This record gives sequence, structure tokens and C-alpha cells, in this order.
Amino acid sequence: MRHIISILLENEAGALSRVAGLFSARAYNIETLTVAPTEDVSLSRLTIVTSGTDAVIEQITKQLNKLIDVIKVVDLSEAAHIERELMLIKVRATGKDREEVKRLADIFRGHIIDVTESTYVVELTASGAKLDSFIQAIDPGLILETVRTGVCGIGRGERILKV
Amino acid sequence: MTMMTGAEIVIRCLQEEKVEYVFGYPGGAVLHIYDALFKQDQIKHVLVRHEQAAVHAADGLARSSHKVGVALVTSGPGATNAVTGIATAYMDSIPLVIISGQVPNDYIGQDAFQECDTVGITRPCVKHNFLVNDVHQLALTFKKAFYIANSGRPGPVVIDIPKDVTAAKCRFDYPSAIQMRSYNPVVKGHLGQIKKAVHLLLEAKRPMIYTGGGVILSNGAEPLTRLTRRLGFPITNTLMGLGAYPGTDRQFLGMPGMHGTVEANLAMQHCDVLLAIGARFDDRVIGNPDNFSSLPRKIIHVDIDPSSISKRVKVDVPIVGNVPDVLEEMIRLIEAGNAAPDAQDLAAWWKQIEEWRSKQCMKYRMRKSVIMPQYVIEKLYEITGGRAIVTSDVGQHQMWAAQYYKFEQPRRWLNSGGLGTMGVGLPYAMGAALVNPGMQVVCVTGEGSIQMCIQELSTAKQFRLPIKIINLNNRYLGMVRQWQEMFYGSRYSESYMDSLPDFVKLAEAYGHVGIRVERPEDVEAALRKAFVDHKDDLVFLDVITDQKANVFPMVAAGKGLADMILTEDL
Repeated sequence: MRHIISILLENEAGALSRVAGLFSARAYNIETLTVAPTEDVSLSRLTIVTSGTDAVIEQITKQLNKLIDVIKVVDLSEAAHIERELMLIKVRATGKDREEVKRLADIFRGHIIDVTESTYVVELTASGAKLDSFIQAIDPGLILETVRTGVCGIGRGERILKV
Repeated sequence: MTMMTGAEIVIRCLQEEKVEYVFGYPGGAVLHIYDALFKQDQIKHVLVRHEQAAVHAADGLARSSHKVGVALVTSGPGATNAVTGIATAYMDSIPLVIISGQVPNDYIGQDAFQECDTVGITRPCVKHNFLVNDVHQLALTFKKAFYIANSGRPGPVVIDIPKDVTAAKCRFDYPSAIQMRSYNPVVKGHLGQIKKAVHLLLEAKRPMIYTGGGVILSNGAEPLTRLTRRLGFPITNTLMGLGAYPGTDRQFLGMPGMHGTVEANLAMQHCDVLLAIGARFDDRVIGNPDNFSSLPRKIIHVDIDPSSISKRVKVDVPIVGNVPDVLEEMIRLIEAGNAAPDAQDLAAWWKQIEEWRSKQCMKYRMRKSVIMPQYVIEKLYEITGGRAIVTSDVGQHQMWAAQYYKFEQPRRWLNSGGLGTMGVGLPYAMGAALVNPGMQVVCVTGEGSIQMCIQELSTAKQFRLPIKIINLNNRYLGMVRQWQEMFYGSRYSESYMDSLPDFVKLAEAYGHVGIRVERPEDVEAALRKAFVDHKDDLVFLDVITDQKANVFPMVAAGKGLADMILTEDL
């Protein structure tokens, strides 16, 4: 099963590689990984999308907690949460495709943020699954380049991850 | 307050931590530190002949004393040579602080002479590591390193120090206590869980206690012995846990696992309540986890490390906590309730166990013309009165030492159980001999293993360490040969040991006493000569043993615990 794990860790040199190294050393799977400092710059917040059986996910959270730099670990997907991912996608936009891409971007509530005579760059923020649908909706021949940030997520309501 | 150099701060930190011995090897990046070491006489430095041995010796000191072991190595090859020692300590959760030199800050990443990414290389085999870029962080880092190494589940911590940091100056201020928001190991177990565990234990019809290295490391042997005696339950100690319960006691069933006794393995399989303490259900201990889990038994697991619980085997009552604290709580609950297990059920269970025990699975046939390795260990046990500190390397001799030497006390049996590192035996003995003066220290080894750190005979001479080396010399990499005999159609691929040195002459060349023993009737006299006549010397006993002796019982890799191959001598 797919899980979204949120981690608060010390914003120190090498902390990220401890987390990434743990996943490769113990043969855990990483689908996406995002990291950035929080409002308190001594802390980083890291979101990992992984998958595995309940036993594997239990081990992942325990092993993460064991890392000295890790302060807190939460499996966001255990309860109500929101997830978002940002994608920038550059497409060939000439002739009738120009209209078609614009219309699709509108339907998916994306923005065209770069325009040339022959290309668009569309910015889209949504769940990972919705970004996948956008890619599927576009003629694959038109896609020039995609870049995605990976998932970040947050608990709903009073579910708060803080030191 | 006076200003100090980083190098002086390093030494002051070690003094504050009451470090007595540092095992190390100098080099360019640590020259400032060695200079600071030269100017004081509180800390004694032990110059090894290879950095791997520095870490092993610090590890041997830690295992035999409950102190943090300290090693000091230079950058690049000094650090990479130390890696085997660090990984060995990591797998067995031994508290170490390893100080490595690094090229100056400005040179890092420039492929400088003797540069390597020590923090990167050691990251997967340390509890934690630090690269100290700023002299102002040095004292705090040492405080953290010793605290992390020796609390919670212990482990090695590496401090990598660029050379310019050891020359830079700042005021020295060693923190008296440390608080880390990201690291707060649990001590007390959850009372509700402990109550549940005690209830299960008292209701059990076929109880079994299984304990590992965690009991030794946490100094839990005394409460463990009290609890086990109070309950009257059978107990087994793993390879890492030997000595946690007296090896000669009737309730002790011997070691479990791949080379465990019939009674220990069958009791592990057939019990209805298993109390696992400071053990991790290792593949060499429980065999195939699916087979092990297929039997209907309740498992209680006490461990300081939550990630050890339900890792390989799903447990029913997990208790995260420091072993002695949890055991004391269990004893308190049992005594307060004045409770005891059902005597009749327990008697029936013991009857079954005695029947298994009566198979005498450890019997072996003496030969007239050739020395049996098991016999050497039995004689060693007799002559040392079971009180020696015994180190071993890795292989058949390690298993025979574990099987035939009855350990009565914790911290007397030092071996590399997790990583299985050949070459640890002699350096372990060095660390143990230094920190336990006056005690008999024996290294049981083989002609393969001893050659992996043989250069340390020189260190042992320099520091006059009266270690007794028992080299069980069968001219084979015995454990490899045994597997090839059993599972590879006796094709002995590269497992013979040809062109061996004359170990007696070799020992003498290093300034030690060497004795060769070739006949069974000479074993006892040779041991006496070593332990009595040459009490204060390092004695190398080269014991020529049976080439075909195998370690039994044996559970083949991937099999269930009940699936034991027994000796044909029975």
C-alpha cells in the first residue's frame, strides 16, 4: 500500500543522506522525496511517498525514528490529510494544439506561465494522481519536458506535526 | 579562561570522559592531536599495528568492561582500515567513539592527499557520526558522541575532525549534561505491558526464556538470574548472550540456534510462552522465520530498540525499555502478588526437556592419535576454572568455544556474533587484558582467523599483555570446509590452508613463548605450562587438531529449528 510519511529532522549537513541511505540500505522503496526547511530554520520537513506491507511500513517508521537527527515521524496517510504536488510541463504549442493545450490547462486549473511562438510551460498543482491524468490527457507527441516536485502533505484540522 | 587548540580540546574531552586507553595509529591529519597526547600522561595510548585492530581492541575493552572504547586514526586509509572494526561494533551494539583525522576544511572535496569521505563511508555502520568543521563545536560534539554511544541501544560514533580545526583555538568549556530534542531513549517499560507479560508467564504451561546480547550490554544478568530462578523456567542464552545466566546451572539449556543444543532448540520451538529479552530473533538463532512463526506460541519481547521488535517475528507483548529496569519491575510484580507458575505443568515440561537433554547432543568421540578440538576447550575450561575472559575469532573454533566453555558470568565471552569478523580475537584480548589486569585472558582462534590480525603480536609484546592464544590448527578454514563437505559434495574449494607459518617460531620471533601440541595426552600439560609457568607471558599454543571434526548439532541455513543434523558419534 502507498503511504505518505512526514518527517521533522534537524536541518544539518548530511541529515537528508541519512534518511535516503536508510531507504537504500534496507531495500525500502521511495517513490518521491521532498525536503525543505520549515518556518523554524533549524528544522527540515521531509515527505516521502513509499509503499509496502504493514510490517514494512512499521519498520520504516521505527528505523526512521532511530536516526539521531530525526525528531518526529508521522504516517500522514493513516488519517485525514491533504497532499499536493507541483508539476511544470513544457509542451509543443503550434496551430490548433495551442487552443487545445490552453483549454486542457484551464480544465485542470493550471496556469500557462511561459509562452513562446512554439511552446507553452504549464504549471499545475494537484494530487499526484491528477498530475498523471493531465499527462495522459495530452497527446504524448506534444510533451517536451516534465518536472515534478514530488508529494508534500499535511494533516487535516487539528492534526499537527510540530516539535 | 585560557585558549586551547582543537587538539588540546580533543584530549581534554577524553579526560573529562575518564578515558583511560586510546587505541590508535598516527598520521598526517592527526599530528596535532598526537602532539597534544604527548604533552599529558593521564590517557595512555596503545599503538596498534593496523587501524582495524585499534577499533577491535577498543571494542574488546568496551565488551569486557561496560566502558566506552576509544580509537584514534588518521584520514583516508586510516579511516577506511577502521571501517571493519566499526561495522563489527555496530552489529553487536558496542559503545565506541572513533576519532578520525580529516584533511583541512579548505581541502575537503579537492581529492587531497589521504582524503576520503569518512562520514559518508561510515554512515551505514555507525549509530551516528559527525564532521566537526568548527573548533567551537568540538567539545559539544564529544559530549554528544559519548552520550549517544553509551545510551539507549549502544553503538559506535565517529567524529571526523579536519586538521585545521585541531590547530584553531577557542575556550574550552565541557558541558556537564546534554539534552537533545531528537534523541531521548526510553528507559522504563510500559507498566501495563509488563503486567500483561507477567500474567502470561504465570499462566504458561511450557514457558521458555531466550536472552541475547542486550542483557549483557545493559548489565541485566543479575536481575535475569533472579527472575529465572524465582520462576524455575528453562533458559537459553544466544551466542551474544552467553554468561547472562550461569552456564553450569540446571535451568540453563545451552545455546540455541544453528549450532545450539537439541534441548534449547526444541524448547524454543515447542514452548507456549516465549520471553525474549535483549535478543533480535536473528537468522542464526531461530532458523527460518516462517517455520518459527508457524507454531502457536505467545511471544513477549523486551528490548530497548523498538525497531528490533516485530522485525523478523511478530510478537504479542512488546515491551520497549531498559532490560534491568523491566526485569526488576517483573520481579516486583511477581513478588507483590506472591504468585508462582503451576508446579504440575512446569514439572511435566521439565520432564520433556530432560528427555531431550538426555540425548547428550554435544557428545563427541575422543581419538587416540589426534586431538579433538572440543577436548581442548573442555580442558581450557577446567584449567581456568571457568573464570577466564575468552575471546574468539570466527568459525568452527568460535562455536566450540561457545559450546564447551561454560560461562558463569557476563562480559567474559567476547566474539563477533553479528558481523562475524575473522581477526577480532587477538585485538579483543588486548583490549580486555588492558582493562582487566590480573585476569586470565584467552584467545581461542584458528590458523585462518589468527592470520587476519597476526601483526598485533607486536603490540601485545610492547604492552606486555599476558594473553594465551589457543590456535586450533586443523589446516582448513574449518567452517567453510564443513559446509563444503555437507552441502557442496566435499569439493573443498580454496578452504585448505597451505604454506602455514611455523607458529611457534613466529611467536618466538615476536618475543613470545610458542608451544606446539600434537598429542591428546599433551594438551593438559601444555595448558598448565601456559597458564602457570608462563603466567605473565603471551603464550601461543599451536594445537594440531583433527582435520575432519565438524560442529554439531547443526540447523542448515533456511531450515526450521527442529530440523537438526546431529553428530554421527552418538
